[in-house]
This record gives sequence, C-alpha cells and structure tokens, in this order.
Amino acid sequence: MIKSRKTRTGDLIIAGICFLLMLLCLLPMVHVLASSLSSADALVRNDVFIWPKGWNIEAYKTVLTTEKYVRSLGWTAILTVICTLLSISLTIMAAYPLTYTNLKGGRFINFIILFTMYFSAGTIPYYLLLSRLGMLNTPYALIFPNCIGVFNVIIMRSFFFGVPDSLKEAAEIDGAGPIRVLIRVYLPLSLPVIATLSLFYAVGRWNGFSDALMYLKSSDSEKYWPIQLLLYNVIKNSTQTTEQAAQEGFFDNGVSKTIQMATVMFATVPILLVYPWLQRYFVAGVTIGAVKG
Amino acid sequence: MGFSWKTYLKRYWTLYLLLLLPVAFFLIFRYYPMAYVLLGFKKNNILIPPWQVEWAKNNGFQWFIRAFSDKSFINALKNTIFLNLLDLFIGMPMPIIMALLLNELAFPKYKRITQTVLYLPHFLSWVIISSITLRLFGTHDGIINKLLGTEFPFISTEGTWRGTYIFLGIWKECGWNTIIYLAALTGINPELYEAAEVDGATRLQKIWHVTLPGIRSTIIVLLIMNLGHILGSEFDRPFTLSNKLVQGASKTISIFVYERGIQGQQYSLSTAVGLFQSVVCVIFLLLSNSLAKRFGERGVW
Repeated sequence: MIKSRKTRTGDLIIAGICFLLMLLCLLPMVHVLASSLSSADALVRNDVFIWPKGWNIEAYKTVLTTEKYVRSLGWTAILTVICTLLSISLTIMAAYPLTYTNLKGGRFINFIILFTMYFSAGTIPYYLLLSRLGMLNTPYALIFPNCIGVFNVIIMRSFFFGVPDSLKEAAEIDGAGPIRVLIRVYLPLSLPVIATLSLFYAVGRWNGFSDALMYLKSSDSEKYWPIQLLLYNVIKNSTQTTEQAAQEGFFDNGVSKTIQMATVMFATVPILLVYPWLQRYFVAGVTIGAVKG
Repeated sequence: MGFSWKTYLKRYWTLYLLLLLPVAFFLIFRYYPMAYVLLGFKKNNILIPPWQVEWAKNNGFQWFIRAFSDKSFINALKNTIFLNLLDLFIGMPMPIIMALLLNELAFPKYKRITQTVLYLPHFLSWVIISSITLRLFGTHDGIINKLLGTEFPFISTEGTWRGTYIFLGIWKECGWNTIIYLAALTGINPELYEAAEVDGATRLQKIWHVTLPGIRSTIIVLLIMNLGHILGSEFDRPFTLSNKLVQGASKTISIFVYERGIQGQQYSLSTAVGLFQSVVCVIFLLLSNSLAKRFGERGVW
C-alpha cells in the first residue's frame, strides 16, 4: 500500500519535469507566433510574451505581398521537392545493389562510399570544384553537391537487408530480374523508411543555409536564395541598423520585427506540420544508422 | 570454375546500371575535390589545375607554417576545441539523463507526446534559432531580461555567449539524441528489473545498477564518435549565433576557412587549414576507436 503510493508520487514528479521540459521547447515558438501576430508598438514596448498584443496579421500580409519573400518561399518549396526526389532515388540506387553481397566489386564500392564519411576534402576544394564546373551562382550548387547522404545510404541498406531473402528468391524463381525485385518486393516493404529518409532530406534542404551563403554570391543569384539565407540577411541587416539606431539614440521602429517573426513562422511551419506523423518510423532509422555507423 | 562473366553480367548488369549515378556522384563531388587538397601545398593560383601549379615555399608547407603563426587561426583553433569540449562534457550527459527520465515516465500516451515535443527543436534551422535567440536573449530588448527585470548580457560578452551557445546546442539536439539511448533501453532484459525488485532495489538503485550498465556500450560508442569530432566544426551554429561583440569566442575553424578562403580568396591557406582539420579528425577517430576496443567495447567499426 505504502509502496504503491510512493511510486505514484515519483511518477507524478517525473511527469511534472517532462511537462517543464516540453514548455522549454514550445515557449520560444509560441513567443515567435505571438510576436508575429502583435502590433509593432507592442513589440517595441516588449509587452508580448505568449499572447499577442494588438492582434493583427499585417506582418503576414506584408510577407505574402513582398515579391522577394514570396519568390524565395516558392523557390525553396520547389527546390526541396526536386532535391528530395533526386536524393531519395539516388540513395535507393546506391543502397539496393550493395545488398547483393556477392556482387563483384560491391565491397570496393561500399568502401568508396563509406570512406567519405571519415575523410573530406574540406570547404575550399568543394568551392573550387563548383567554380570549375560552372555551378557557382546557379541553382545546381544547391542541388548536386550534397544530394546523397552516406548515413542515409547505410540506413536504407540496413532496411533492405531486413527484407527476408525468401521473398527475393521467390520473385527470382518467377523470373524477376533485380530491378523487378526492387520495385515489386523491396520498395513496397520499405515505404516507412523511404518516407523517413525523404523527411530527413527535405528538412536538410529546407533548412539548408551555408551552401547558399557560400555558393550564391553574385548579386544576380539573389533570385535563387532559399528562405533561410533570405531570413538570415533580413535579420542581420535589421540588427545592424538596430545597433546603429541604439548608438544614435533611436529605437528600432519595430515593424520589421513583426515581419521577421512572420518570416520565421513561414520558414518553420511546413516542417512542424510533417515531422510528428513520421516520428514512429524515424526512431528505427536513426537507431540503425547509429549502430552501423 | 563454373563462373562466367557473360552469364553473370547478363543477370546482374542492371545492378551496375543502378550504381552508375551514385558512384558518379561520389567520384565527382567527393573524390575529385580531394585532388584540390594539393592546393594546400601549392602557390595560391586557381586559374590552372592544382597539379600544374608550382609548389609553395618551405617544401610546400608554407601555408601550414603561415597558419600556425597566424594569431587568428590559433584563436580559431582554441575556440573550436574549447566549444567542442564544453559540448562534450556538458552536452553529452544531458540526453542520457533525459532518456532515463523518459524511460521512467509511467504514462505511455503522455510519453509519446513528450517525445514528439522534445524532437521539435531538432527540426529548426540554426538561422531560425538565432533569430529567436535575438528576441529572447537580447541584453536590452530580450523578453527574458524583461521578464526577470534584469539586463544580463546573454549574448554580448564572450563568457556568457559561450554559455548561451552550449545551452542552445543542448536545447536543439538533446531530445533528438535521446532516440538512440531510448532504443538501447528497450534492449535491456526485463528480468533484470524483476530480480532487482525482488532484492528490494529502489527506483534509483535500479537505474544505477540495471539501466545505466545496460546502455553502457551505446554511451561509449557515442563518446568515441564525439571525441573523433573534437576538432571538427560545424558552420551554421557558430556563424549564425555570432555577433560583433563576441567574435573572439565565436570564430571557429570553419568560419576562419570561410572568411579567408571564400571571402578573402586565400585558397591555398584555407585549403591547408581544412586539410589539417580533416587529417586530425581521422587520427582522433582511429585513436578513440582503438581505445574503446582496448576497454573491451565493440567500437564503431
């Protein structure tokens, strides 16, 4: 009797701590949402915490009617779809043949792929390569250089290894070649992991920032800026003016801040809508990657 | 003996066809740049291919010597190591603690919700986190200082900036990093808990004597991987979180390479620095892996 009561208090304490941790994760985003929905004055007065003050959606209207924001959001969406499709296809194409353990040269190719996880040439060689290929300041620089993740190939391959050999043999007896086996047997059984890896690739591209910063330098490549780079520059420019304004004794007008927060929302919400649905799959994926890595 | 290339290829050529594009990717975008590593030993010239460029002074080691006599490189090296060590010692135990906490959480549905929420920050980019950070942690206009009624310089002095940097790293990845530990926890034999219960172990004793030993090898593998990256340096995190006031603490090797190489066009110098970093990384990884094996663990490979 006493013992069960004791465990109960312990459970409640743990549940309470978890609740606080959840708040810690959620409150910053709630604050951003509240800020984006508040009036500029309220932001300048720093009145907004988790509930909007001076409710309005002006910031969202501004973002959705400013050409550079709309263009960047649309372009990032297109880019993300293209890159995800390309990446996941290439990942399957790399992983599937390597599940044939008797494939001649397979071990060597496997080594070639894994080696790049441990040694890389570094930022400048990549940059010079892209410049030599004429990809600098073009969208190709955002699509190709990182289109295959070695870790994801390992995860994919491990899942393929988990498909029972008997299924493969049965299909082969029916006269199916390797490609047919892949399409008819392996892909349908691997949909969860394909969805998960697609999420990883999509998040990576949607959140990608440094490649755009380094490879899109010319002023006419501004039209290819993904939303993260645009957001970074908006924030950086506004903090610089804030610094100046503070030095000169002025305050930031605050309008730009609500717009910044609205942009943050735009850059975040698509991902937040997707990841919870794939959660039960990616746990398995990450675990395999860590064990085999 | 009975092997014939003709029948073999006839049956499996499609597999090689599938591999064609991925292998081309690795050759072009991963191995071809390795030829450019030569530039670290050559004169700064990118108009002709690196193998045709003349060797740099001091038997080609001019740029390495230059880097190590460059104050700002030494500073970047120190910052990289210091921030990574802080991440290792403060950041690494956190997901373990959080995983133990989640493991003890008794209500399954609530546990699932908690996990979903704790994974959230992992999916935010550093650009987004840095813009939120400015709103939250500003000295004069941050909401936290406003709520506390203080003017604590979270991001405007070097010492406090380091703390904020480490905290934000934990905030972003702690929940996500619990995944691996939670998976390892499911592999522990339930009979061990029952036996401990029969022996009258308290909750904490069970954690100490059953749960922690159960995930020991996972902890060691992750420790090795982190040790291997002690000189590695991500770019987005220090770059986006940095500001004018804290550059002495926030300039890491990756930012040094970006500023000198891509912005300053000192290609040879920054290639040499990048190469140094990659080679040290590999050495550390090999060392820590063999260390783990000596302690009787499986190691990473």
